[in-house]
Amino acid sequence: MSTMAVPDVAVAQVDAGFWTRTRKVGLTLLALGLLSAVLFGALATDQQARFTLSDDAAGAALEINGTIGAILFGIIAIAAGAALLAGVPKRWFLPVLGVGLVGFVLSFLCWQVSAAPTGQNFMPLVNIIRGTFILALPLIFGALAGVLCERSGVVNVAIEGQLLMGAFSGALFGSISGNVWVGLVAAAIGGAFISLLLAVFAIRYLVDQVVMGIVLNLLAVGVTGFLYERLMQTDAEKYNSAPRFSNWEIPLLKDIPVLGPALFRGNIFLYVGLLLVLVIHIGLFRTRWGLRTRSVGEHPIAADTLGVKVLRVRYRNVLLAGVVAGIGGASYTLALYSFTKNMIGGKGFIALAALIFGRWNPTGALLAALFFGFADQLATYLSAINSSIPSQFLAMLPYLATILAVAGLVGRVRAPAADGKPYIKG
Amino acid sequence: MSDSNPQSGSPDKEPASEAQAAQNALGNTERAGTTTVPKAPEPQPKPSLGRLFLDNLWAANTFTVTLLSLVLAVVVGAVLMIISDPDVLHTYSYITARPSDAFSASWTLVSEAYANLFKGSIFDPEAFSGWVNGSNGWQAVLAPISETLTYAAPLVFTGLAVALAFRGGLFNIGAQGQATIGVILAALAGFLLPLPPGLHLLVAVLAGALGGALWGFIPGILKARAGAHEVINTIMLNYVATYFLTWLIVQNGVQDPKRTDAISKAVDTSAQLPRLLGDNLRVHAGILLAVLATWAVAWLLNRSTLGFELRAVGANPDAARTAGISVTRTYILIMVFSGILAGLGGSNMVLGSTASALTPLVVAQIGFDGILVALLGRVKPWGVLLAALLFGALQAGGNRMQSYSGISLELVTVLQALIVIFIAAPALVKAIFQLRAARAARLQTSLAKGW
Repeated sequence: MSTMAVPDVAVAQVDAGFWTRTRKVGLTLLALGLLSAVLFGALATDQQARFTLSDDAAGAALEINGTIGAILFGIIAIAAGAALLAGVPKRWFLPVLGVGLVGFVLSFLCWQVSAAPTGQNFMPLVNIIRGTFILALPLIFGALAGVLCERSGVVNVAIEGQLLMGAFSGALFGSISGNVWVGLVAAAIGGAFISLLLAVFAIRYLVDQVVMGIVLNLLAVGVTGFLYERLMQTDAEKYNSAPRFSNWEIPLLKDIPVLGPALFRGNIFLYVGLLLVLVIHIGLFRTRWGLRTRSVGEHPIAADTLGVKVLRVRYRNVLLAGVVAGIGGASYTLALYSFTKNMIGGKGFIALAALIFGRWNPTGALLAALFFGFADQLATYLSAINSSIPSQFLAMLPYLATILAVAGLVGRVRAPAADGKPYIKG
Repeated sequence: MSDSNPQSGSPDKEPASEAQAAQNALGNTERAGTTTVPKAPEPQPKPSLGRLFLDNLWAANTFTVTLLSLVLAVVVGAVLMIISDPDVLHTYSYITARPSDAFSASWTLVSEAYANLFKGSIFDPEAFSGWVNGSNGWQAVLAPISETLTYAAPLVFTGLAVALAFRGGLFNIGAQGQATIGVILAALAGFLLPLPPGLHLLVAVLAGALGGALWGFIPGILKARAGAHEVINTIMLNYVATYFLTWLIVQNGVQDPKRTDAISKAVDTSAQLPRLLGDNLRVHAGILLAVLATWAVAWLLNRSTLGFELRAVGANPDAARTAGISVTRTYILIMVFSGILAGLGGSNMVLGSTASALTPLVVAQIGFDGILVALLGRVKPWGVLLAALLFGALQAGGNRMQSYSGISLELVTVLQALIVIFIAAPALVKAIFQLRAARAARLQTSLAKGW
């Protein structure tokens, strides 16, 4: 955070006294657990909550009585909270926190599923997992674009615009050529085009990077919306009927129970996205390129002194980010939908949130994206079973979680030190 | 940390007057020396007033760069229009054989579109001659201006909100969310409270301001107490506000009982801002409030103690703290005041003539447009007012352009974004037009300091 330069403002919350961060988190978790055991337990019905291992109500299922389940999982959350409160070794912090949160979510699900109208007391896990990954897909690509950019010290608020431009040019050139691969390349170039503008203006002309990102988003919305109305709406057959990638099944992996049918029997972009997370993670932390990228993002002067071409590294990473985000945009138009105006609809900003929530780390970003995707999928599921929980509040969840994370309540997140600061050699 | 970086920091590190004074002290010889470097340093004759004017006209000063940015944006917009029109594009396929076809077709398309943009926002000669003939009333003559002012009013508020925060070193991207909460509270006060006219309007406007203040306070206190970056938090709060609005609209007591879609009850007439030029023209008292707000913000920034502290914190928080200014308190106050302004902008949307009930899109894009307006207005109150008028005119003219020329309203978004891109990179504009270096080269709009 830039505010690190302002010590009295950014009070570094030192673990002082009894109320360390771990204890505070433990207390919060304890309260959540109590809430779920008491409230969810009381609201849950005595019907069986079935978590089916398929796409529908049929097949094998994990079953538990609604009330018992809600209370049981609530108690697990309480136990985890109590453990944190009592004090656990530092390396146990995250696993215990994870167990507690999963307990809370399961307690909530037991209540919701058991309280659903009779005949709908089931949750199709395959369906939910697939939906989670599909909804997380643009977030994964977007957050990776953010990682590439910001690790080298360029703030990327233009993820939304890069995704949108990728989706648009993928649809447009895919339709004109009738070839998915041409569409994919065009999408990558489209995303890179927005990136190029960001890079040139941020690196060459030293324009504030957040400002530039915001303006580029608007530019992307305007240009794609304008061309959509002029071209695609008037002649959808010619300009907006891109071919789609057919489903690819991965041998062996597709036969894994639950995960196989959920993940490995379809969308090619999912494989690309997961592979990219791995590649970028290894690249960033295990290769020369990654070391240079990180050094440029943390301390450009030192990197320059050692002979790293700071600006070149930044240009290259920002352009790469555009390519990744462009492909992410294509995951909409070359696999799922035809292009519509402003079709990314804020996903770029959730991707930004995932990036921050994932602490500027590819794997963290993936987990954050999956969490946000799950919240999204859960909202869809709950509105389908007429839940009493308004879907809008679930939709708020990613944003609220990010605010809490940034405010240091769930552990402090720290951006690369030189993120957003233009580098002037001299 | 930021020592190495001369670009960071607030745009107004040094007050304009000081910069000017310093320049004057250096005198004209200094300037002549910089502009005519190759010549020998022999004393030059004092340039005439006309010469000075011409020099400055083509120098990279604020006015010239702004104007040329507009020109560049309009040119790019024209290119977009041409390449997206299949008929006109067809004439380019035989341009070597008959270039006149391509040029005249392009010219017709572009000039008609921009003419409609002008007629829809400022002045329509046909309406004027119609008024002289007696075929239409005087309202038709003023209609474009009325539309422009109607669209400009909320943008003034959100633009001021963003500009005020900028001056204090904060980047408030949350004007959208603050306006959303403002519009919610203003509308609720507008149709739930049974109050007499006058008082009802006052309460509704204040409720809007309160909503904005609340939504600005949250990132403010998070920034001050936990060091959480306001850019991230305000982006997130925008979405929280939007979802809250979509949820609230369909609740009992809020939703219009006669409707099944997402629309709330209408605001009582006693809580609506009065129209200024009769019922046929949409311009309402919001624009007067906007001018008042501009004056108030200008006063706050330049004449009050708080404004001084705010600028000091924006310029250099460490120095400000050393001087005894409470940075945390200032950050919170900046965000609250910024939120109040954005909330007022939001209440304009539902208490004015744009809409009279809550819908999911009731605040349109005024928060995001406010960022552009603030940048275009060089984060100065009166500049923001002018910028908002320009954006309002583009919006109003864009409507006519869409219905008469069939050019999508999205072109206006493109134009707005392009204008601000060029403004934000004066070096680019300078390079394109080969401008001279300006005397007071304070064109850098670099504002925030990264995450």
